[in-house]
Amino acid sequence: MMEKMIIGRYVPADSLLHRMDPRSKLILVFLFVGVIFLANNFWTYGILLIYTLLMAGFSKIPPRFLIGGLKPVLWLVIFTFFLHLFLTREGAVIFDLGWFKIYEEGLRQGIFISMRFFLLILITSLLTLTTTPIEITDGLERLLGPLKKLKFPVHELALMMSIALRFIPTLMQETDKIMKAQTARGVEYTSGPIKERLKAVVPLLIPLFISSFKRAEELAVAMEARGYKGGEGRTKYRQLSWSTVDTLMILLLLAVTVLLIVFRG
Amino acid sequence: MDISLKNVEYRYSADTPFERLAIQDVNIDISSGSYTAIIGHTGSGKSTVLQHLNALLKPTKGTVFIGNREIKAGRKEKNLKGIREKVGIVFQFPEHQLFEETVEKDICFGPLNFGVSETEAKKRANEAIKQVGLSEEILEKSPFDLSGGQMRRVAIAGVLAMEPECIVLDEPTAGLDPRGRKEIMDLFYKLHQERDLATVLVTHSMEDAARYADEIVIMHKGTVLQKGTPNEIFSDPERLLAHGLDVPDVVRFQLRIEKTFQTKFDRICLKEDELINMLAAFLKRRGAQ
Amino acid sequence: MESPLVVIKDVSFQYDSQESLALNQINMEVYEGEWLAIVGHNGSGKSTLARLLNGLQFPKEGSITVAGITLAEETIWDIRRQIGMVFQNPDNQFVGTTVQDDVAFGLENNGIPVDVMSERVVDALKKVNMDSFLDQEPHHLSGGQKQRVAIAGVLALKPSIIILDEATSMLDPRGRAEVIETIMKLQKQDKITVISITHDLEEASRADRIIVMNKGEVYREGTPNEIFLMDEELIKLGLDIPFPIKMSNKLREKGISLGQQYLTEEELVAGLWTSHSKM
Repeated sequence: MMEKMIIGRYVPADSLLHRMDPRSKLILVFLFVGVIFLANNFWTYGILLIYTLLMAGFSKIPPRFLIGGLKPVLWLVIFTFFLHLFLTREGAVIFDLGWFKIYEEGLRQGIFISMRFFLLILITSLLTLTTTPIEITDGLERLLGPLKKLKFPVHELALMMSIALRFIPTLMQETDKIMKAQTARGVEYTSGPIKERLKAVVPLLIPLFISSFKRAEELAVAMEARGYKGGEGRTKYRQLSWSTVDTLMILLLLAVTVLLIVFRG
Repeated sequence: MDISLKNVEYRYSADTPFERLAIQDVNIDISSGSYTAIIGHTGSGKSTVLQHLNALLKPTKGTVFIGNREIKAGRKEKNLKGIREKVGIVFQFPEHQLFEETVEKDICFGPLNFGVSETEAKKRANEAIKQVGLSEEILEKSPFDLSGGQMRRVAIAGVLAMEPECIVLDEPTAGLDPRGRKEIMDLFYKLHQERDLATVLVTHSMEDAARYADEIVIMHKGTVLQKGTPNEIFSDPERLLAHGLDVPDVVRFQLRIEKTFQTKFDRICLKEDELINMLAAFLKRRGAQ
Repeated sequence: MESPLVVIKDVSFQYDSQESLALNQINMEVYEGEWLAIVGHNGSGKSTLARLLNGLQFPKEGSITVAGITLAEETIWDIRRQIGMVFQNPDNQFVGTTVQDDVAFGLENNGIPVDVMSERVVDALKKVNMDSFLDQEPHHLSGGQKQRVAIAGVLALKPSIIILDEATSMLDPRGRAEVIETIMKLQKQDKITVISITHDLEEASRADRIIVMNKGEVYREGTPNEIFLMDEELIKLGLDIPFPIKMSNKLREKGISLGQQYLTEEELVAGLWTSHSKM
């Protein structure tokens, strides 16, 4: 199941969304998160749905893949729907079993909130699907750049993020290796009582911590040997370029915002 | 205890877009008391084979027989502990699995997991530490205060203390200096001989395979390219070289001599002294002519 | 011989946690363009020496001079620009998320302008034959490939010396061969000074000069030919004898005359041919 998840994964392709500057994509996602709260009726949610589907189309990610990958979260969306459907007790009763009633407002709330949830997930997934983690890091570093004046450690934070990203696959391999070694020494990770399984975490975590510390130490030495002495005086290999498309995309979302303000009830 | 793989296939992440075929049509027999070497390049499938030897991986096709157990593709297996007690694995860089406060506790970890009593486990730890050439005093130390070479030995002792019937070694000498390398290899060979301990050595080193093993399995691109005794395997060195595999130094040297002098010795030598004798005799004959 | 590029004078060093000296009164020189191999078993002090050269540790006594600059707190960054280092573990020195990002890391640190940077990244990767892997992520590379990227990362900074601190010891035979071949090419074609710290005498036999370390001291120094004459003594030091030397010795014992010492198998076989074909 984890292998089929697409949240947080990058899918290489050559699309409009892939080519966009990570800064504009980040700005769009943040704007969208704010704008979505303007929607409060079928018209406004309809506009947002069309906008999101348009963006999904621009990403050139096959819809089948997108839906398949979002399946695990769709359950959450459906759960949200029913939660609101059953628990809201406002408006006219539209369904009555005597001991069990569904109200009009409940149906509305259920549809709207789960829709909001779904759109948010889709839009953020589109960001990670079309932007490599390192581009996101670069984008964030540049967007947060002005905070440097306030002594906020923007460069350090970005470096930490990129090193974390670099080492995730390495640590996954390492975890797998240590788990297998301990399994061969009689530890059971996949069966047995919960208490035993919790105990089994110790022989996994300690070696993992120790090797991570060792890695961190060696990495620090290697970085120093290669002349790393903090963000001061450093140049950047990866350059970001803001194009007309980026500006147009931002204008599009602003236009959507205006529409929402006009049509909201 | 015999282990055998019958028509084994394994796919990583089966049924996903990331599926990858690691091995197929693998047939290997490891009989009790034998010393088998599995050789191949990185990515040849040899570590996938290794993980089938004690059911860390279950085949996606075919069957693995381990003693009286049968691990069949597509069937749920329960209680694999019995298998793991009998087949010990020393993974590459085994010192990475140490975690206890003391060396003794770490060595006892395996035996205790398999239900051995505490007194018995301690007795075994005591024995095992001597077997790997360390002194008893080390038992009270923290494994993390030891040198790299000592840590490696402690980790090996942890597997030996399980008293397995078969021991599987995955590049046990990686990263050691020549002396350490020789000591570790000799240690396992001694155990194999004295206790009749079935040994499977997974390695890149044709030297070690030729020196210690009585059976060699050559893995190449996920299949068994060749298997047989060292003499059988290296009697056709050209075949190995054609697949981008190495041959032992001695064999390579003999081939070079044969090519330069345009001759053919009557057999392939696996021992240095054997070749030297043959070569010396040959050169003297040549000189006499 | 020209003047030495590196001078190590009476250097001693001790780790805080240890009672004995890790290095004791070391004296050595490294000349421009040479390949110097420093060999010794694990714990002989050879890696400590590498760390001192790059200012990762400071000597307790004695002095180290690199290209005329004496190593001290203030000169450390100048010295690091002269000396590039490749470490043992291929994973723990790969900083970038892709091959090109990793090679660029050192350049970024030194404030190299962007337009120069991309050129240097590609050039350096070409030299180690990894230029077709620009966007590859480290976990998809073999150990040998990662080490070649590490070498490229060092080359991009155009250092005068490369130190390989057991850079081949965690690699499989193929990876080891790739790295050694790369180093040989760099030393010959690009005239880079190489210091390789290793316990692999096969690797050391390719060097111009070998220094044998034992118990924190310089035990012996000489050309590979001279060093391999030590024979059994090398084994006592926890090292090994390269295969061609071993064979030559055994042949001599059988009364086969070889005339000279051969360092490679090719030479040995060719030598046997010339001395035994003209009769």
